[in-house]
Amino acid sequence: MNIVACVKQVPDTEAAIKVKPDGSGIEEAGIKWVMNPYDEFGVEEALKLKEKFGGDVTIVSVGPARALETIRTALAMGADKGIHINDPALEGADAYNIAAALAAAIKGIPHDIIFCGQRAIDDDAGQVGSVLAEFLGIPQVTFVTKLDVEGASIKVIRPIEGAQLLIQSSLPCVVTAQKGLNEPRYASLPGIMKAKKKPVDVKDAAGLGVTVAPKAKIAKTLPPPARPPGKIICGEEPAEKARELAKLLREEAKVI
Amino acid sequence: MAKGVWIVAEQRYGAYRKISFELVSAARKLADQLGEEVGAILLGSGIEGIAGELGKYGADKVYVADNALFEPYTTDAHAAAIAKLVKEQNPSILLLGASAQGKDLSSRLVGKLATGMATDCVDLKIADGKLISIRPMYAGKCNGEIVVSAFPQMASLRPNVFPAVEKPKTAEVVKFDPGLDPGQLKTKVLEVQKDTSGKVDLTEANVIVSGGRGMKGPEGYGILEELADVLGATVGASRAAVDAGWRPQKDQVGQTGKVVSPNLYIACGISGAIQHLAGMGSSKYIVAINKDPDAPIFARADYGIVDDLFKVVPELTKEVKKLLA
Ligand SMILES: Cc1cc2nc3c(=O)[nH]c(=O)nc-3n(C[C@H](O)[C@H](O)[C@H](O)COP(=O)(O)OP(=O)(O)OC[C@H]3O[C@@H](n4cnc5c(N)ncnc54)[C@H](O)[C@@H]3O)c2cc1C
Ligand SMILES: Nc1ncnc2c1ncn2[C@@H]1O[C@H](COP(=O)(O)O)[C@@H](O)[C@H]1O
Repeated sequence: MNIVACVKQVPDTEAAIKVKPDGSGIEEAGIKWVMNPYDEFGVEEALKLKEKFGGDVTIVSVGPARALETIRTALAMGADKGIHINDPALEGADAYNIAAALAAAIKGIPHDIIFCGQRAIDDDAGQVGSVLAEFLGIPQVTFVTKLDVEGASIKVIRPIEGAQLLIQSSLPCVVTAQKGLNEPRYASLPGIMKAKKKPVDVKDAAGLGVTVAPKAKIAKTLPPPARPPGKIICGEEPAEKARELAKLLREEAKVI
Repeated sequence: MAKGVWIVAEQRYGAYRKISFELVSAARKLADQLGEEVGAILLGSGIEGIAGELGKYGADKVYVADNALFEPYTTDAHAAAIAKLVKEQNPSILLLGASAQGKDLSSRLVGKLATGMATDCVDLKIADGKLISIRPMYAGKCNGEIVVSAFPQMASLRPNVFPAVEKPKTAEVVKFDPGLDPGQLKTKVLEVQKDTSGKVDLTEANVIVSGGRGMKGPEGYGILEELADVLGATVGASRAAVDAGWRPQKDQVGQTGKVVSPNLYIACGISGAIQHLAGMGSSKYIVAINKDPDAPIFARADYGIVDDLFKVVPELTKEVKKLLA
């Protein structure tokens, strides 16, 4: 089974995000970069399938030079090889163009299952997996929390509001990973040593035959809207505070 | 030229999801500013009878395709049918819900229609005839204003944020041929395992009572369930509580859980880590009950009580019961 896992390098979830004064984006200085947490679930699932069925796991990432570290992290977890798409024209590109680049790279290699995260925690867009599936002309199953391979198809669990769906899909297929799918492993020390020698192909848009044509842009980045200062409810006893809170929710906020 | 503000309505087995009305209302507002019409797309099986209901919120036209292959929802069937109609009719704006179905469908449509989309928006405006979509990014640490240069300009709307406002019209119902080829359908829903709790899903709830590590164990949630019952609320949890196995994964609110937007979010024994705030920061009112006065959740809360939640919550349940009696 040949598996591809798409990984994006994103700011660590704890990173303080500062908006540039002119609203043109965020300050990158001082940010610690990590693998998108949802992509960790994808890489882990890919490795599990490889352990079960054999085959190769290829990591693909679009990003600047630093994204190589994230590819190496996935290789250290146990993936076999990487494709690093590095092109300034793709920096901060929209889902359509990122997916076009990923698709061009993936078309050139065997692929039965392609993992993406359900969303990247920087742009929080949740689009690339599905757009990639469209470019490849294959089905998608998104927000997957369980996956089983059965012959030439997969069965997955996808939670929706108030229910879980058991969905069958033919292969090849794009699967977007949701928390609950597995517990991602940590890279071991020998894994990290081995990863240094694993092959990573570096490509740019032209090399992939892709022309970048923006469809969407972030016209302005703004600090989050300020919330009015809150009220700490004072009182002697828990019961007194509870009474005051109930009253405020009813009379001031009018939410109960 | 692209014209019209369109939405994709969402229904299950003939019953609209609330987001459908929120979408029509948001579209009506934009359409009025642009002087254009509101179009809605409704797909399902045996749903023609409910098509006109969207007029109540201001839809001018409802495009309906009725086909057994549309129920239950699959990406393949819905995306193909919608892309075909949208390419023919060329609306300028296309809005979907950022619901489980809407997220799956809208992102596929971005590919099929070769356009761009702003995901999970909390506000929309029009400037110089273009849609500007406002959405939290980086887990709500900043907001982005997104402009789509292709057509249709797509946006998915966070459930529970845009009010559903009645603006009655007689909607014209237009049947269309979805041109479905069963051979194209590569996925199939084998089973729908319904959640038997009877509670509204967190993403659609108006009131959420949420508990974290401060609940001490699974049994601690009993007092939250009682408060939730009185408020008609759904119970949520922090990741600490989910990872400890106290609550199921589907209850997790936050960056790696659900993004929720209730009118009222009551956080009990939750410290307010940035990843938790990412999931509930757009709630209209936030209440924090925590014994640590320095817990970061208080910086986000509209109302805070510094005390032992095991003493406060049962009292709150009593007080709310009295008020609602
Ligand atoms: C990549 C990543 C993703 C994450 N995603 C999420 C996510 O989606 N959702 C999420 O919630 N977290 C997420 N986290 C975890 C997050 O960082 C915190 O660890 C977590 O939110 C803490 O949960 P908590 O507030 O319940 O526990 P704690 O931080 O331990 O807080 C417990 C609180 O309970 C209070 N307390 C204790 N006893 C009482 C009492 N008797 N009465 C009143 N108050 C009491 C304490 O004062 C304390 O403030 C993520 C972390 C990472 C790294
Ligand atoms: N630059 C990128 N390189 C590789 N994969 C990506 C990239 N951007 C997005 N993806 C994949 O698509 C998923 C969803 O991303 P997004 O649509 O940006 O939220 C991510 O979790 C990744 O798996």
